[in-house]
Amino acid sequence: MAAPESYPEGLKYHAEHDWARVDGDEAVLGITWFAQDALGELVHYEAPAVGATIAKDAPYGEVESVKAVSDVIAPLSGEVLEVNQKAVDAPEVVNDDPYGGGWLVRIRLSDPSELDALLDVDAYKALLAEE
Amino acid sequence: MQTLLRTPLYERHVALAARIVPFAGWEMPVQYEGVIPEHRAVRTDSGAFDVSHMGELHVEGPSAHAFLQSMLSNDLDRIGDGEAQYTLLTNEHGGIVDDLIAYRITPFHYLLVVNAGNRETAYAWLKQRELRGCEVRDASDEYALVAVQGPRALERLGLPAARPFTHGLALLDGIEAMVCRTGYTGEAGCELMCAAEDAPALWDAVLARGVKPCGLGARDTLRLEACYPLHGNDITPETDAISAGLGWACALEKEFTGAAALRRIKEQGPTLRLVPFVMEEKAIPRHGMPIEGGGEVTSGTHSPMLDVGIGMGYVPAGSSAPGSEITIDVRGKPRRARLVEKPIYRRRKT
Repeated sequence: MAAPESYPEGLKYHAEHDWARVDGDEAVLGITWFAQDALGELVHYEAPAVGATIAKDAPYGEVESVKAVSDVIAPLSGEVLEVNQKAVDAPEVVNDDPYGGGWLVRIRLSDPSELDALLDVDAYKALLAEE
Repeated sequence: MQTLLRTPLYERHVALAARIVPFAGWEMPVQYEGVIPEHRAVRTDSGAFDVSHMGELHVEGPSAHAFLQSMLSNDLDRIGDGEAQYTLLTNEHGGIVDDLIAYRITPFHYLLVVNAGNRETAYAWLKQRELRGCEVRDASDEYALVAVQGPRALERLGLPAARPFTHGLALLDGIEAMVCRTGYTGEAGCELMCAAEDAPALWDAVLARGVKPCGLGARDTLRLEACYPLHGNDITPETDAISAGLGWACALEKEFTGAAALRRIKEQGPTLRLVPFVMEEKAIPRHGMPIEGGGEVTSGTHSPMLDVGIGMGYVPAGSSAPGSEITIDVRGKPRRARLVEKPIYRRRKT
């Protein structure tokens, strides 16, 4: 079952409906409830390779529902340390638990100053209210 | 921006919190709970689809039969009153103007159910060619159409089993409906046609019997698993019926628009053939993706039953045998698929 709408405090948000959970010089990335809801049930996650370099505001992967495909935009730059294999094998976990079991990649940040450009939860919610 | 049309069931869809999208000029429900649960409901039990956006054309008069025999590819002499037939409206090149179902009421009265997006084209095409002694009338706004599909669909509606491609009148909770044993899912079931003003009551009666409301999203995945072509994607006025694998719906021994061209294509063999395929790698094929060696994907999705990417596309006739491997360009990445027999998915008979 799809999760109820939520936007946790303490995450950093990107206007392209991505989130980052930052821990020191690493971050876990995923897509927000809004993004998974807009796509519908996910059936495919095209993940980047471990070791790949991803760049802020550029696509690093793709998520697909039955009806549509969408680029996943990196909220931060860095090197991919780990891909969530569970999301590759059973992408519906992203719908069920977008901020937990449905994370997409873990990266090592290459430029922590980029964090300043991301939105906090209130700013992200304000952006959603405009859409 | 063109104003979108709404079916008589629009308010019902909103009340069910459906996700509404523009489709062929209409505001239609693409899903209620979700494409996958709706798809599975139709494969295992039953689902109801509002397909009132489709067009209904009446062709009536003493020359109705002769007129339609000259316009439509299939042979109407093969069906009697109370029967129906899948057929094509073809152009001079054998291209497909629309695919439709012709319901024979009497030899002097046929009902054609045409695609929503082709309603005006099909109507204008027939109207311009109308013979003396018959009249083509677009009655689309007068009717609503609800497809009830699935192995338990008829049982839930309390309707007796009947041969596919037959039709008759029935009452459902006092609502008069034309019950057509036709559909677009590969499952048993029916399509219920009623007066537009009766549609909400008919819809309520169907759902009250435990039938799950389903959107156009599931309709598309179901028809693709069943390998039914979608006009505008898999078949168009530029693709001919033989290449599309619809020769079985073309009575080439009779005369109709495009018959000569289709005979020629059949004799010489088509260059391309429309074939179904299943992905061998994790990827979802989509409309318009190139196929290596020539050809392209015309429909693609994720199969909820097989849990893999599936699709249909045109490939060179010489390499169109089931079992052949093809490579699809999925946004720049080569992904392998294997051609299969139709249908891609068939429910095991229990």
